[in-house]
Amino acid sequence: MTDALTMPLGDRAAPVLASFARRRLMSFAVPVVILAYLLYAAISFDLLGLAQRARMDNAAILMSDFWRHKTHVTRDNRTGDLAVAVEGEVKGAYPKGRLPDFVTVANGVTTIDLGQGHSVVYDAAGARYHHPDAGTIAIRPDGNRLVLTGPEPRPDWINATGTRVSITTEAGRLAYTRSKVETFRYSPGWPLFFFTPDSPFAFMSWPELGAAALLGERLDPRTPNIAAMARDFWTNPMWRHGDVAWAMFETVLMAFLGTMGAAIIALPLAFVAASNMNPVGPLRFALRRVFDFIRGVDGLIWTIVLARAFGPGPMTGALAILLTDTGSFGKLFSEALENIDEKQVEGVRSTGAGAMQRARFGVIPQVTPVLLSQVLYYLESNTRSATVIGAIVGGGIGLLLTQAIQTQKDWEDVAYYMVLIVLTVIAMDSLSGWLRRKLIKGG
Amino acid sequence: MADTAFGHGRTDGIAQVRAAYLDMVRRRRMYGGILLILFAALMTASFGLAQSRNAGGLVDGLPMVLSFPSEVISEAWENRAEVPALIAEHVPSLVETVNIAAVSTLLGALAAAALALLSTRGLARWPALTPLFRRLMDGMRAIPEIVIALMLIYILGGGPVPAVAAIALHTAGALGKLFSEVAENADLKPVEGLTSVGATWGQRMWLGVVPQVAPNWLSYALMRFEINVRASAILGFVGSGGIGYNLKIAMQWGQGRYDEVVAIFLLLFVTIVVIDRLSDHARTRLVKGSFA
Repeated sequence: MTDALTMPLGDRAAPVLASFARRRLMSFAVPVVILAYLLYAAISFDLLGLAQRARMDNAAILMSDFWRHKTHVTRDNRTGDLAVAVEGEVKGAYPKGRLPDFVTVANGVTTIDLGQGHSVVYDAAGARYHHPDAGTIAIRPDGNRLVLTGPEPRPDWINATGTRVSITTEAGRLAYTRSKVETFRYSPGWPLFFFTPDSPFAFMSWPELGAAALLGERLDPRTPNIAAMARDFWTNPMWRHGDVAWAMFETVLMAFLGTMGAAIIALPLAFVAASNMNPVGPLRFALRRVFDFIRGVDGLIWTIVLARAFGPGPMTGALAILLTDTGSFGKLFSEALENIDEKQVEGVRSTGAGAMQRARFGVIPQVTPVLLSQVLYYLESNTRSATVIGAIVGGGIGLLLTQAIQTQKDWEDVAYYMVLIVLTVIAMDSLSGWLRRKLIKGG
Repeated sequence: MADTAFGHGRTDGIAQVRAAYLDMVRRRRMYGGILLILFAALMTASFGLAQSRNAGGLVDGLPMVLSFPSEVISEAWENRAEVPALIAEHVPSLVETVNIAAVSTLLGALAAAALALLSTRGLARWPALTPLFRRLMDGMRAIPEIVIALMLIYILGGGPVPAVAAIALHTAGALGKLFSEVAENADLKPVEGLTSVGATWGQRMWLGVVPQVAPNWLSYALMRFEINVRASAILGFVGSGGIGYNLKIAMQWGQGRYDEVVAIFLLLFVTIVVIDRLSDHARTRLVKGSFA
């Protein structure tokens, strides 16, 4: 500085101006470099090809499945039997003699109200679709062929061959073959979330349920209604709430066991790896390289190796988290130990304390807040990683999630699991924040 | 003794203080002991539960931990002449994995910067909306990457883009929180100075806040990049592109391809260690060093 002051003004300004010029160049160069890199990435990821390959129809299925469901109303054309089932599944089938509000049967004529002015009628002659704008489309079997009368020229939402007719509108869908006629009606919401039709509580409204739970007569003489309700909900075959809750719990269990186990193992090791605690240099060096190795090999590879030895399940996931985090904790803890204030340790030493007592009364109280906050932070982030690890080792909610996604039809299950995972992660987040505040301030 | 110099009254006082202090220590120890017992009970119970719900127990599996790696390594050792060629063969997918991590960190960090500035008290463009942006970041952080990736794979098909979108979304949430904590501590004087000359919000942020927080932001972004390299390898294993996918294929093939597995392990290990080292070095320089 003093040198600069004695220099003439022009000389003093030169480096400053040069630094300005450099900064100005940087402020243009950095965005250009970023843009160039993104451009390169877009080309190498084949973004243009992707836009053509994208399956927007799949996206539509996915989005609509998230918030609505369909009910299949099927008539067997040979026997005339009518079946109503949610998503066409056996476990969602309505019992005989009970129909949803939008289906009415009178004198052998079935009427299905699709909403928005659309409706479908099944009768002895065949089936009719009433469209509010296009009018009525009638289908009747004629020998081996199907005859369709409807608007001409035929709109593209009607697809008819001699043996099969399908009508797809925004309100629903009708499919007619010689053997059966089937209508899909869409309704908002997740279907049968609480009870499936085989439960006696399936068709009760909320007040009715409340009354049945508290004062109603026992529907099943062996158990009280409220217990039966809990049982029917817990074992709901469509949503499997019990299994899902267990899977979610397993995921949290993996995170808890893994993180805490890693912390318990890493704490003594960190004392050995900290330069102010352990005078033996080579041992320190070796242990540090072990930590680096564990972290470098990475959770993915540990998970694969451990899954081979222990099979699927939460213990495998917990061990994978434990192993990976032992490396991270060993590094973090030993750094925390190296940064302590030596005065307190000396104070304890002056009273004649041994190594263990110095560690217990001089070191641990200083590092506890730092270590606890790191452990809690990892616990929270591991709850999220346990989902992925579960998907790889085959345990917990990660397994259910990948299964539901791979079947490519139960998207409402995927949405349900997502909501559960997000809620659990947020709960763990607040729990660990609360504990951190409590323990660190209180301790 | 020194106590006698203060007279009897003082001695009583000191005795009281000592008694109170020892009492407090005892109480604290008791609380600590109770907490410790609770914790130990919780650990034991959850260990037993995890053990009972696992396919193979801990004790049965322990001897087998080394059998798979040794099998893999011995096979690779027999074919060691081919390993360098296999490593070279997988470098393009490694580049893809690193690219996924880099692009998603970049996009995520840019989004995080915007979200952080919008949700920081004193800097926000629309102060009334700060809770909204905060909740948005919480949500982005909470959704695991794998969920977004798998859903996007269903729509877009396999490849790097679902992984980029998934990781970038999570990164935006995670970095947004950290960025906003840094921005909260920024000095507001430059911002006020810029306001007084009529700068727009964008100019105030770009010229008044970003230069102050850039070193810390960059350091956090680098740390995130390390994490994202791992995440991108994992997502590859679950179904997107990159080296994780190659690893999965080689693993599924099983015996006969273990030399390939080892090649990929090595490649991944070296990359992660090198990236960790570089970013560690750069972060130390950023936070402690020349730029500050």
